Amino acid sequence: MATVSKSSQSHDMGLHTEKLTNRTQQQFFDAGESANFTYAWAPEVDTNKVGTLDCEGMDPTDINIRLRELMAEGCGTINLSNPGSMHGLCVGILNRLQLNITGSLGYFGCGLIDGPNVNISGRVGWSCGENMMAGTIVIEKNAGSTFGAAIRGGDLVCKGSVGSRTGIDQKGGTIIVGGKTGAFTGFMMQRGRMIILGDAGMNLGDSMYDGTIYVGGEIEGLGVDAVPADLNDLDRKWLKSKLDLYGMEAPNGIDNMQKIVAGKQLWNYDNLEPSEKKLVL
Amino acid sequence: MSQDVDHYLNSDGLDSDREKMIGQTIGYRYDVNLVPDMDRCTPYLTEYMDKMNWKDLNWLEDVHMGYEEDRAAVFDRNINGWVTIPDTIKLPDNQQDRDMIARELLLKFQMSENHPMVQLREAYAKF
Repeated sequence: MATVSKSSQSHDMGLHTEKLTNRTQQQFFDAGESANFTYAWAPEVDTNKVGTLDCEGMDPTDINIRLRELMAEGCGTINLSNPGSMHGLCVGILNRLQLNITGSLGYFGCGLIDGPNVNISGRVGWSCGENMMAGTIVIEKNAGSTFGAAIRGGDLVCKGSVGSRTGIDQKGGTIIVGGKTGAFTGFMMQRGRMIILGDAGMNLGDSMYDGTIYVGGEIEGLGVDAVPADLNDLDRKWLKSKLDLYGMEAPNGIDNMQKIVAGKQLWNYDNLEPSEKKLVL
Repeated sequence: MSQDVDHYLNSDGLDSDREKMIGQTIGYRYDVNLVPDMDRCTPYLTEYMDKMNWKDLNWLEDVHMGYEEDRAAVFDRNINGWVTIPDTIKLPDNQQDRDMIARELLLKFQMSENHPMVQLREAYAKF
């Protein structure tokens, strides 16, 4: 009964009159309006001004607050040391910044970032770069599972190997793995690109909706609705320039990489209410 | 991708029987997998990449010109909605150049003090 009551109440409040499609923002660009390159609220930083942060004895909240303080002081480069594999470090940075981390991060490192360039000398735990929006993250060693979960933009690079479910729910951006990746890589991927230079585990690209996965090694098995496609010249040009950026190479050459895309057999759009369906079908 | 770059500007995009029945285009109205051709990058975008210390378009690689309500538009993830491109801007005849325009305009819009996120941030930001 509670459900019925809530439903009735929401109708009475007019919540179901909202048009759910075509939600265009009636705002128009003014090309001459702005010449900013960073968000209006982001502090101006100078990459030549270097800040240091020794994390020894600090907790993650204090570290993240201190990072913001350093940026507010104008530091465009921050050298962070002794992260001690703590979880949730360096998250939510919405500014341009060169962040050099000496050591390893725990779970959810560098999540939700929008702009910074991050170098990590060690390893990272689960979900590094989760919900990343823009910028670059380069990890010199290995990474855990769900690497780049729900990433929306930017380059997320692991020069070593990563665990399973890499790029799960990826919505954009580029994930590059120098070594192997585990099972269910690209699970429910929606868009963006993934470059795996080594081998890929079973169920690669399972239930992927869209996006592209390039694999340089062997594929243990494709997931549901993941299908091979042909590399084109634009792919090759883009792969070369992207790998060159990070000093990486395809072990068997770019021409021999496999390209995996969505078969699009699982697409199931439906605007009709159940009662309308009965009329149509 | 559609055979005609203006397909979604000149039609409702309901091509297949299934699309006509449900009244909705199936799939994106642009090729989300199209990687950018950097030879077509605009000077403004090049300057932005220099400022951010990126060697390529980074997150803007995923930005394409789309079509909403039969008008050219670009999706702004920060407001979760389409922003319409003014009719006064002449659209090039190919998707790569259109995408570059979309990237430049979206960037200017997002970084503007008039962007809705500025007011939202003032009202709701915790940090």
